[in-house]
Amino acid sequence: MHKDSTHISEYKTLGIVLLILLFLTFTTIEVTSFHLMAATVLVALIIAGVKGYIVLTYFMHLKYEGILLRVLVGAVFLLYAVIVTITFFDYLYR
Amino acid sequence: MENHSNHIEEPRDDYAAKLGMWLFIFTELLLFGGLFLVYSIFRFKFPTQFHQAALELNVTIGAINTVILLVSSMTVAMSLAALQKNNKKLAKILLLITVFCALLFLVNKYFEWGVKFNEGLYPGSDLMLQLEHGSLLYFSLYFFMTGLHALHIIIGMIILLVAYFKINSGKVNIGKYALLENGALYWHLVDLIWIFLFPLLYLIS
Repeated sequence: MHKDSTHISEYKTLGIVLLILLFLTFTTIEVTSFHLMAATVLVALIIAGVKGYIVLTYFMHLKYEGILLRVLVGAVFLLYAVIVTITFFDYLYR
Repeated sequence: MENHSNHIEEPRDDYAAKLGMWLFIFTELLLFGGLFLVYSIFRFKFPTQFHQAALELNVTIGAINTVILLVSSMTVAMSLAALQKNNKKLAKILLLITVFCALLFLVNKYFEWGVKFNEGLYPGSDLMLQLEHGSLLYFSLYFFMTGLHALHIIIGMIILLVAYFKINSGKVNIGKYALLENGALYWHLVDLIWIFLFPLLYLIS
């Protein structure tokens, strides 16, 4: 079970992806220099999440892969979210 | 004149190879994910000490390293595209740039850690053991996570260099590029980890 046609990334696409990632990096640095207190972490993590999604989708080619890989990657992140949530529940209510 | 019918091509399943690399990547994600979880819990418990300790890190070097890795991710992805378009020369050049970026990252890391070591701050040092609990946890996590990440950079460099030499000899080519494709996937993982490591360690002040 595999795709017969191979998608080859365009150099231009990859270049644009890099520019977006660099922009998001500098945005993170700027935003975290404001005093948002507790929200700082959240904003930084959200931007990091967007960057991660872009790396996974374009650099790691998930956009052009079959459904199986995309579901598996999603499942792993979901599993991790569950682990983090349960662990925090434990610490919060000890 | 070589009799080509004597050469038996070993059966390959490139899709399985790629799936195998992805499965390995999942284990790596959970490995670093576990470390991030430890970081999260102790940051939750010692917010002020983590904030204070993070001020000791150099945001500029961290940012430069982030840029270096992002560029290297692009160059390795371009290298694969070049090989898939049968541009062997460009594939090799881009691969060398990627490895060079990795080397730059490690050199930066060397200087970063060097500064800390000179101050007497290293795992197990007297200075470190005298720190407050939260600060000690922060620096322990800093050294362990960036150290483990650097180890992955070294492994990635080796894999990509092997791919480079195999492209050179023709063993990795437009019809057989799983090594480069999966090596590139591993490299993107290394970049992905740093994308989270940088803000959580350097930017929490």
